[in-house]
Amino acid sequence: MIRPALKKLFIELALPALLFALLYAASASSTNFYFPPLSTVLQKFSAIWLGPRFFSDVIPSLERLLAGYLLACIAGVALGLPIGLSRGLRRAAEPVLEFFRAIPPVAVIPLLIMVMGFGDAMKVTVIAAGAIWPILLNTVEGVKAVDPVLDETCRTYQIRGLARLRHFILPSASPQIIVGMRLGLSIGIVLMVISEMFAALDGLGSAIIYFQRSYEIPEMWSGVLMLGLFGFALSMVFRGFERWALAWYHGMRHMEKKN
Amino acid sequence: MASDVMTRGQGLGMPAQTRPQASSPRQDAGAVLRWLSGAAGIVLLALAWELAPRLGWLQQQFFPPLSAVLTRLGDLLLTSEFWGFVLSTTRTWLLGLAIATLAGIAAGLAVGLTPGARTYTHSTIEFLRPIPSVALIPGIILLFGSRYQSGVVLITYAAFWQVLLQMLYGLADIDSVARDTARSFRFSKFGYVRHVAWPTLLPFLFTGVRLAAAMALVLAVTAEMVIGSQGIGRGIVVAQASNATVEAYAYVLVAGVMGVAINLAARALERRILRWHPSVRTAGGER
Amino acid sequence: MNAVLEQTTTAAVAVEHLNKVYESKERRVEAIGDLHFEVRPGDFTCIVGPSGAGKTTLLKCLAGLLAPTRGAVRVNGREVTAPPQEMAVVFQEYGRSLFPWKTVRENVELPLRERGVPAAERARMVSAALEAVALAGAGDSYPWQLSGGMQQRVAIARAVAYQPKVMVLDEPFAAVDAQTRADLEDLMLRLWSDLKLTMIFVTHDIDEAVYLGQRVLVLSSSPTRVLDDVRIDLPTPRTQAETRVHPAFATLRTRVYGGIQAAKAAH
Repeated sequence: MIRPALKKLFIELALPALLFALLYAASASSTNFYFPPLSTVLQKFSAIWLGPRFFSDVIPSLERLLAGYLLACIAGVALGLPIGLSRGLRRAAEPVLEFFRAIPPVAVIPLLIMVMGFGDAMKVTVIAAGAIWPILLNTVEGVKAVDPVLDETCRTYQIRGLARLRHFILPSASPQIIVGMRLGLSIGIVLMVISEMFAALDGLGSAIIYFQRSYEIPEMWSGVLMLGLFGFALSMVFRGFERWALAWYHGMRHMEKKN
Repeated sequence: MASDVMTRGQGLGMPAQTRPQASSPRQDAGAVLRWLSGAAGIVLLALAWELAPRLGWLQQQFFPPLSAVLTRLGDLLLTSEFWGFVLSTTRTWLLGLAIATLAGIAAGLAVGLTPGARTYTHSTIEFLRPIPSVALIPGIILLFGSRYQSGVVLITYAAFWQVLLQMLYGLADIDSVARDTARSFRFSKFGYVRHVAWPTLLPFLFTGVRLAAAMALVLAVTAEMVIGSQGIGRGIVVAQASNATVEAYAYVLVAGVMGVAINLAARALERRILRWHPSVRTAGGER
Repeated sequence: MNAVLEQTTTAAVAVEHLNKVYESKERRVEAIGDLHFEVRPGDFTCIVGPSGAGKTTLLKCLAGLLAPTRGAVRVNGREVTAPPQEMAVVFQEYGRSLFPWKTVRENVELPLRERGVPAAERARMVSAALEAVALAGAGDSYPWQLSGGMQQRVAIARAVAYQPKVMVLDEPFAAVDAQTRADLEDLMLRLWSDLKLTMIFVTHDIDEAVYLGQRVLVLSSSPTRVLDDVRIDLPTPRTQAETRVHPAFATLRTRVYGGIQAAKAAH
């Protein structure tokens, strides 16, 4: 009973543990200024990031990210719905969307700085402007591909309008939309960091760049580690959300695979 | 995980079989209408961009009209500095993409074909994947300064994951019957790869490269902007710093055009290469 | 059996010189040539025909999902231009006509919610319907957790709870195994006799058509028209064990079979 679970845990941790140990050992005696021993970095990590900077930097970053990301989710779905549902709209919008989504969101940062200055509003806008694309496009795809039999069922049972959206279109498209949201989250994190590297007084990105510029190297690496954990933690949270929202979908696919 | 499955299954819209269709007047009319609608969308956008600042709906100093941007772009096209930027960005993009693709294929084959490797590496991959490539920027600055290699390293890191993941999806998708057949005929490792694995892998690989190509452009520009290496990104930043709004917009436009060109080229290449592919599956991707 | 299920007033369905032509890029297909028949209120009518006989097209026109090229469908005299309120449809692909993100109970009650039936009343109607199809315990399961036969019963329960006057079924038991099919056939007969609905049942199974119907319409191949109109005078109540070995069953069956063979040959 315990053995399969233990074995699974072992497999999960084996390679990471090995890599960690190797890195630790290999860097232990390092005198390279740019690549200090892992132990030093870890020390700095607990001193800085498990301490005051968590509240002064990580939290503001998180707030900005969440604000921009939620904005992107709402706008992406709200815009993607009509475009996905109407063939005419889709055809007209397609080239325009292709163009806008090809613009690297990073490139827009200087423009936004000119218009909005260096504050939080600019960062939230950048995050939203970048994260919206996968969400919007995946919404369009998901809404486009609804099952015709289910559509006929709705028609015969007089399920129309808002009810059709709520009970049929949105749930049907939700697996695809959530894929888009996952990608949007990655993009949002990247833009959060970059916008902070550019122009911020607080935040993860700005802290890392600050350390780098003042040549506080172990501190810098600890920041990088923090960033990695930040991304990893958010990814785990998202997975939990997805597992909850798409429980029906996973169950269904599981059944299909069995048969 | 649904994300993984879904990125495989949908999104590309590629037909499972391309059947030659006799073109009829009705069909041609449909195609023309489609083209017209698309053109209408672009025209509307261009009009809005031109009129909104002129009519004062948007402040002209922050949102210059399209004609001003295009004029400035026209001037830029005559300068060698501009083309230097374009070439630099392209070089960074190409190098990073090429290295990432080769590394991704090699790693994908290594992990996918070694029994057990996939299970052991799963947790490591899942941990490293979400780490944003931008986290590497400080380290890259230290090592490479603002030379173009910094961009290449950034691209290679991020694009590598895209290619690797798609390779792994493809390898997981290999028909188990085909695999068993190969085993019973005692195919060599090489023979297996060539005759069984590769055909299945190809569509997935193309998806990976296509996604990586788009990502590579974004990262090239990012590296230029943040690290300061030569290229379009630098052009944007310099323009912004000297308050040359119109020029900044012109460079952003160029970046967008490059992005569109890459997307279109990648899709066209994909269609061509995969047309003779025996079983063209919808190896889907995200956008 | 179920006094809880309400008996609603029922409706007549008239198909008047129905004609449906599909125009595609390459060709023009006349799926239905001229269909003209009437279904009396409370009748159980089965429709059979060779494959390609436009059965699905007819069904879609009946359900208001497709507009006819010429002619009309009328329910209680009113022309069908959109899915009629008083009609419930049971599709062949049961797996795809149930919402996988809703439980069985939620699936059955959705049309009632949309109609504005208050919650307590709804719960009662849903329970009654699930009991009628012998799925009383499956309310909280998801459709994909159930077998094919059970899923089709959920679709039937949904149709029953909707309290329609006309029920249209499109080869509902085609994708179900023989044993389950027999049970489902008997279920249909029970529901029909309890609820006194007008049933229009499209099937490719001749035995099933003769077993269930009071009347079997045999369709020709395209362009489709009514080839034969067979009155089924078998004794009621019908049972799998007795009715199918009744001498008249064989005769009727042969007549319908002959009709279909003729339809195939004429094509």
